[in-house]
Amino acid sequence: MNVLQVRDLTKRHGRKHNLVRAVDGVDLDVPAGQMLAVTGPSGCGKSTLLNLMAGLERPTGGQVWLAGERIDTAGERALARLRRRSVGFVFQSFHLVEELTAAENVELPVLLAGGSPRAAKRRAGQLLDQVGLADRARQLPWKLSGGERQRVAVARALANEPLVVLADEPTGNLDTAATNEVLRLFADLRAMGQTVVMVTHDARVAATADRLVSMRDGVFVEDTWLGGGSGWLDGLFAMGD
Amino acid sequence: MQDAILAMLAKEPSHGYDLGLRLRRALGPLGGSMNAGQVYVTLARLEKAGLVVHERSAGSPDRPDRKVYALTDAGHERVTAWLAEVNRPKPDLVEFHLKLAAASASRLADPVELVDAQRRELLRRLAEAQRAVLAEPEGSTGGLLLEGIALRLQADLRWLEACERVWSRRADA
Repeated sequence: MNVLQVRDLTKRHGRKHNLVRAVDGVDLDVPAGQMLAVTGPSGCGKSTLLNLMAGLERPTGGQVWLAGERIDTAGERALARLRRRSVGFVFQSFHLVEELTAAENVELPVLLAGGSPRAAKRRAGQLLDQVGLADRARQLPWKLSGGERQRVAVARALANEPLVVLADEPTGNLDTAATNEVLRLFADLRAMGQTVVMVTHDARVAATADRLVSMRDGVFVEDTWLGGGSGWLDGLFAMGD
Repeated sequence: MQDAILAMLAKEPSHGYDLGLRLRRALGPLGGSMNAGQVYVTLARLEKAGLVVHERSAGSPDRPDRKVYALTDAGHERVTAWLAEVNRPKPDLVEFHLKLAAASASRLADPVELVDAQRRELLRRLAEAQRAVLAEPEGSTGGLLLEGIALRLQADLRWLEACERVWSRRADA
């Protein structure tokens, strides 16, 4: 089953001489459980594509289907409900509410989706435990390291058991150690069968996905399957001397 | 591998089995792929080259005779030279660069397609290396080697981006 389907998707900005085709007739199917990385240089249209798939921007043309429901033509209320319940977001700059503790940040989407305070608390406890931050639950975001903040953000993204997690440069603000911290968490999500679409310009981050799509000037130029090892690493030391 | 074994013998004389264990430990998660026979083949070659000599150690009933290898003076010199030597990257880049130029000049292949094919291969390798990196605990020395492999692949991928830019511009011109 495809969680996300995109057909002939187009987004243009400006007109005439200033016309920019940010996304220029893209087709994409993301099956359930796939971790997909969209990569390319800045300005290639990858973030716009993510926003269109999230219902954060309206396309100029084409269609976006989320679990069989068409979202590009959905009304504002339906879209808002969809974003609350079916999609989890992870941003480059974390976007945590600075006045709330780690646990409260994770509880928030459950409460906004109509969950009881008790249910929200239980879910937040469970998720912070899952991302290895049970002992940081009562900290405010500024007390946390960059890697920890992004792990809280991932926990928050998972709060309502979304159909898909959409991540925009999730490691863009992190150093190598924190990047690996977050990528290990994404590897766990992958193992759990969570569908993830991430946008990144970092080849090492993209390489942790099952599949990699490269974008240039609003179109896909490459679609590469990365799953399954080629045994190349093992061959590295099978040398003659 | 010759140099690594010599360097291990610089610490103390040792036998093949023990050297194999130490090498495997140093390679960390990649050590599993090492063929056990490689150590013995290498030791035989080093002995032939006069860099090591062996002595038989007295065996006990459960431990048969074993050859204990030690460095010769020539072996010592080679270890010292190896440690002082600066490693130069292999000239793979030069070959690939010339291949692209030749493909373009002869019109036998499209350089941009060669770059694409190369990139797909490097991405798959990077995916494998990166998964192995993430499987290692943070800060382990075993993971360091994988980290180096991943960083190099990343650098190669960046260079391919530059190759693609230049060769596709040339095709348009």
